[in-house]
Amino acid sequence: MTAQAVETEDLATVIGLEVHVQLETDTKIFCSCSTDVGDDEPNTHTCPVCLGLPGALPVLNEGAVEAAVKVGKAIDATIPEETTFHRKNYYYPDLPKNFQITQYGAPICQEGELEFSVEGERRAVDVRRAHLEEDPGSLQHKGGSIDTADYTLVDYNRAGTPLMEIVTKPDFRAPSEVRAFLAKLTEVLEYLGIFDATRDGSLRVDANLSIVDGSEVAEDGAVDRDVLEDANRTEVKNISSHKGAEKALAYEETRQKNAIQRGRVVEQETRHWDESKGVTLSMRSKEEEKDYRYFREADLPVLRVSDWKERIDIPELPDARRERFRTEYGLDDESADKLTSTKEVADFFEDVAEQFDPGLAATWVADELLGELNYRDMQIADVSGRFDEIERLVELVATDEITTKNARETVLREMLDDGDSPDDIVEREGLGKTSGDEIQSAVVEAIDENPDAVEDYHDGEGGAINFLVGQVMQKTGGSADPGDVNQLLRDELEG
Amino acid sequence: MSTEYNGYITTERIEGATDGPLVDATVAVKDNISTEGVRTTCGSAMLEDYVPPYDATVVERLKAAGATIPGKTNMDEFGMGTTTETSAFGPTENPVAEGHVPGGSSGGSAAVVAAGDADMALGTDTGGSVRAPAAFCGVVGIKPTYGLVSRYGVVAYANSLEQVGPIAPTVEEAAQLLEVIAGPDPSDATVRDATEERGADAYDYTGAADGDVDGLDIGIPMELLDGADEQVTEVFWDAIDDLEAQGASYHEVDLECLRYAVEAYYVTAMSEASSNLARFDGVRYGQSGGYDGNWNETFARAREEGFGEEVKSRILLGTYALSAGYHDKYYKKAQDARAWIKRDINDALDDADVLASPTMPVPPMEMGESLEDPLKMYLADANTTPVNLANLPAISVPAGETGDGLPVGLQLVGPAFGEKEIIRAGSALA
Repeated sequence: MTAQAVETEDLATVIGLEVHVQLETDTKIFCSCSTDVGDDEPNTHTCPVCLGLPGALPVLNEGAVEAAVKVGKAIDATIPEETTFHRKNYYYPDLPKNFQITQYGAPICQEGELEFSVEGERRAVDVRRAHLEEDPGSLQHKGGSIDTADYTLVDYNRAGTPLMEIVTKPDFRAPSEVRAFLAKLTEVLEYLGIFDATRDGSLRVDANLSIVDGSEVAEDGAVDRDVLEDANRTEVKNISSHKGAEKALAYEETRQKNAIQRGRVVEQETRHWDESKGVTLSMRSKEEEKDYRYFREADLPVLRVSDWKERIDIPELPDARRERFRTEYGLDDESADKLTSTKEVADFFEDVAEQFDPGLAATWVADELLGELNYRDMQIADVSGRFDEIERLVELVATDEITTKNARETVLREMLDDGDSPDDIVEREGLGKTSGDEIQSAVVEAIDENPDAVEDYHDGEGGAINFLVGQVMQKTGGSADPGDVNQLLRDELEG
Repeated sequence: MSTEYNGYITTERIEGATDGPLVDATVAVKDNISTEGVRTTCGSAMLEDYVPPYDATVVERLKAAGATIPGKTNMDEFGMGTTTETSAFGPTENPVAEGHVPGGSSGGSAAVVAAGDADMALGTDTGGSVRAPAAFCGVVGIKPTYGLVSRYGVVAYANSLEQVGPIAPTVEEAAQLLEVIAGPDPSDATVRDATEERGADAYDYTGAADGDVDGLDIGIPMELLDGADEQVTEVFWDAIDDLEAQGASYHEVDLECLRYAVEAYYVTAMSEASSNLARFDGVRYGQSGGYDGNWNETFARAREEGFGEEVKSRILLGTYALSAGYHDKYYKKAQDARAWIKRDINDALDDADVLASPTMPVPPMEMGESLEDPLKMYLADANTTPVNLANLPAISVPAGETGDGLPVGLQLVGPAFGEKEIIRAGSALA
């Protein structure tokens, strides 16, 4: 775009993504080291292969390829007859071999598409390719950045973790779309059981953003290739969350639009998203086209995957499941959305619905449980070990052993806060619904002990019955139903 | 044990199992093959102090077979040379031809066998590095089919080309050593099971060394004789006569593609080397720290200090050949040439049991001679490099001597996983 002042309203935003996700496999992509690193000591999950020791050779973990094929099926991508690996050559201190084994000419997934909803509208973004590669190690710069640090420590625990790089076409027109896409993508990946969002660094996004003249955007949102090539774009790196992506790109969008409005040229450059400051910063590196000198990795033979798409099954995906929940269980949109937000929630809901009533299950999982978790900033994963206990709580309600109010306001909250079992809490708090006999004797007792109130009742004083109900409730520790008590008292007094 | 001809870089003994087919044998190991706890230098100052924490698969197999490893042998730095003169630990001299080079890059391995300081040895062959020194030192060397022997633990120079191969005084001993090291390895995805190609007794190499060449059909690519030294050619034809006398026959073969082998080989090998050697950046190997400037400059300094001239020039040329704008002109063209060479040699092997040529077109050079003229050294690889480009097996057997008493080797090339054919043919001569 030429450097002349333009009205902001006439400008359109074009965004494309490169999303790196760590695939959850037991072992690394080219060796048998565990990927379950957690907070373990640096360099304890390593071997000659992932350390890149002289002479070590990669051997492909087919589990990583299977995970990639699952992604391919989920985004309706083409899986090629054969897939190959290449070396991407560049020097960086976190790269054990100073080259990265990745895919180039024959990526495992080509030409896919992901649908998502944003602000109530359905959108689809084309995925150009999705390929497998190895994660580098991680660096800790002591006393500054990589340029200014006194020294830098290298941890190779992460080196060799399978990564999938998903490259979209520049189909996004707003930062909010990017956020919705990423949410949908991670949702699908979680459904496929190949992604752990809680793992640090499991999602890393690079985004290209450019501003074009609004008149260049066709009705269907398409922008001509030449127009895009003419527009200077910035690549924003270091984005690690859905929310961060939206914020970083909103910042970058405004920054570029402001520059254009003021007649300045947007530099073609790489910018770093500073999450804490909420700004993108120029990385000041000379913006030369990097030459990675790709060539075939001869240590990994060609892998035939033509029948893998057929051979590998994937579970029901969120969109299909949402639809089924609506029809099969008669849920409204909001409940269906909530109950399919993660595979774990959906599986749990179906489990509860099967044992009890779907309506009750929906209320307890979608409203009560997710509501209380949300209030505590907890995830479903935090209680996945206690599904038995939560089912027991629903059972207590379903079988009328405790009141809904007590279940919701006391038992569930104490379960989440103190970690106790529902039965323990019911017993400790004396919340068990009192049996009919006990209520009956309390009714008789209350009448015997309060002749004045009985007389008032017979004189037609309305307040007397309420006083007696109160007496009975006191005797039963609040576990009787006040309506029932009222009726029993009347029966007794009239009898 | 040290040798006056400088055959070993390190002479630490590694004992094998107390039982096994090689229990009475000493097998020297080239110093680019990892030995747990014993330094593995690749003939480079960069790895002067590098002690691998693991054994190469072939070393594990040697130990399991009962072999004793008497030491790690000298070599051209990272395998880059044909004379064993580019080693950071000084050149090896040819023990059977004083003042001459032993060939390379596995010159130390061939020299210790020729001198009788080891019964056998392992070398690696990327473009002739087992066969050249075998020919120059008057011993037997085998370059196996790509994918017959595990490369796990072998420090890569050009990983799409190289194989570990045996060096021994006789074909039978070389075959026996090959039998020990060959076969699938879960740590090397490029190794294939030869029994799937050649049946249950595919690995019975020792049994194949029966010298029976009756009915053997030999193809002779005339391109590989064109530029050869006259004395070498003479010894070569004498050897062919010898085989004919034992019942073999030969026909001439025209393989135009071979004229491009040296170029295709060097572009491919240097390109791969530029990537394989990238990890030696001073952080974990070589001289690290103490340099001013950013990490990029520090890496560059460490590499400038740690690598020798030949290695540096090959890395630079390989980097160039892979670079944007040159990739198609050099690297891609070399791959096309490789495919052509592969196809035509395989076609020639449809009409012949083996292909024969002098292993080296020249007799052993005088020491120092080829360092001044690297191109001359590269051209000495004209007969060996096509075999690596085509992933085929080849053997070099002593064919005789020149008038000056310099050893000449005969090379026999077989079809993929046709080790038994070349062993059988070679055993008729040595």
